[in-house]
Amino acid sequence: MRRVFILLVVAGFGVIFAGLVAGYGERQTLSALATFYLTEVPADLGAANVVTGILISFRGFDTLGEVAVLFMVAASVGVILASEPGDKPLLLPAIGGKGQGPSELVRNGAEVVLPLIFLFGTYVIMNGHLSAGGGFQGGAVVASGVMLMMLAYPTGPLHHGFLSITEALAGVFYVSIGILGMVLGGGFLDSHILPRGDFGTLISAGAIPLISILLGIKVGAELSVIIDRFRS
Amino acid sequence: MGVPISQILLTTGFLLVLIGFWGILKHRNILRIIIGFSLIDTGMHIVLVATGYITGGTAPIIDEALGIKEAATRTVDPIPSALVVTAIVIGFSVTAIMLSFAIRLHATRKTLSIDALTESRW
Repeated sequence: MRRVFILLVVAGFGVIFAGLVAGYGERQTLSALATFYLTEVPADLGAANVVTGILISFRGFDTLGEVAVLFMVAASVGVILASEPGDKPLLLPAIGGKGQGPSELVRNGAEVVLPLIFLFGTYVIMNGHLSAGGGFQGGAVVASGVMLMMLAYPTGPLHHGFLSITEALAGVFYVSIGILGMVLGGGFLDSHILPRGDFGTLISAGAIPLISILLGIKVGAELSVIIDRFRS
Repeated sequence: MGVPISQILLTTGFLLVLIGFWGILKHRNILRIIIGFSLIDTGMHIVLVATGYITGGTAPIIDEALGIKEAATRTVDPIPSALVVTAIVIGFSVTAIMLSFAIRLHATRKTLSIDALTESRW
């Protein structure tokens, strides 16, 4: 009975989706808004990657909100997983405790791969306005490196307070740049507060690389905090 | 030419959504339900990106291969790509919260089955 019901629901959605796919005609022209973005981002902001230009500048307020969402998630995961004093730890202390540590393979692999992951993450963050990438993507790469580090060194040097302070400072600077944009430029998070520079070079596109770096640091630290909360 | 690219992407995305629906409805283990949710999430991202595809378009990044002049004629729609970044972050956040609830559930009920949660049943 249950199985039949599930099959019916899935099949019903399948019919709806099939109708959507069959009726969808591939778009041939861009909308007016897309054309505006595609001409304004390179010409006015000086960023070669249009998506990053939209994310950091035109939808900068939205991006700030996303970072706030990540912060709230880190906080609420901490609240949900917090154990009362005297309680035994929520998760089994399998790693770092008496149980077996990480294997030779993980530890040696981490030593080889970790610098490369962090380097790649930094590269993705720094080149967000020139090629595919940006603060969010690079931050996620850095956080994956942090996760590997936690697996390889369960009792490692990664300090929770350090992550929190890094995240908080990046957030403060992010908002400060936004307010600077209101004072010097045309509005909150306006990227015209710095000179536009030569199109296509590393230091160009006004404040976009700076905001991108802060965003990358903040996202990387926040994701690391979330991973760290799940660990402890 | 065969099947248009956006049609292939839409089919893939909607198939993932269907697999996710099936996983959520079929299983009683909360971890499998979370995996099903993630599949729905990923499928929706693919669908969103697919709606931004323009026939013959390339990535909206200006370099040697794509001059500023032809940017408005030869690229895909950048807006869905920018919106999907938001969607990915929200999906990640929801997954993280659900996983922490799953850990809580396991700590108090010693099981991952949602059948253990009888008091909130209607």
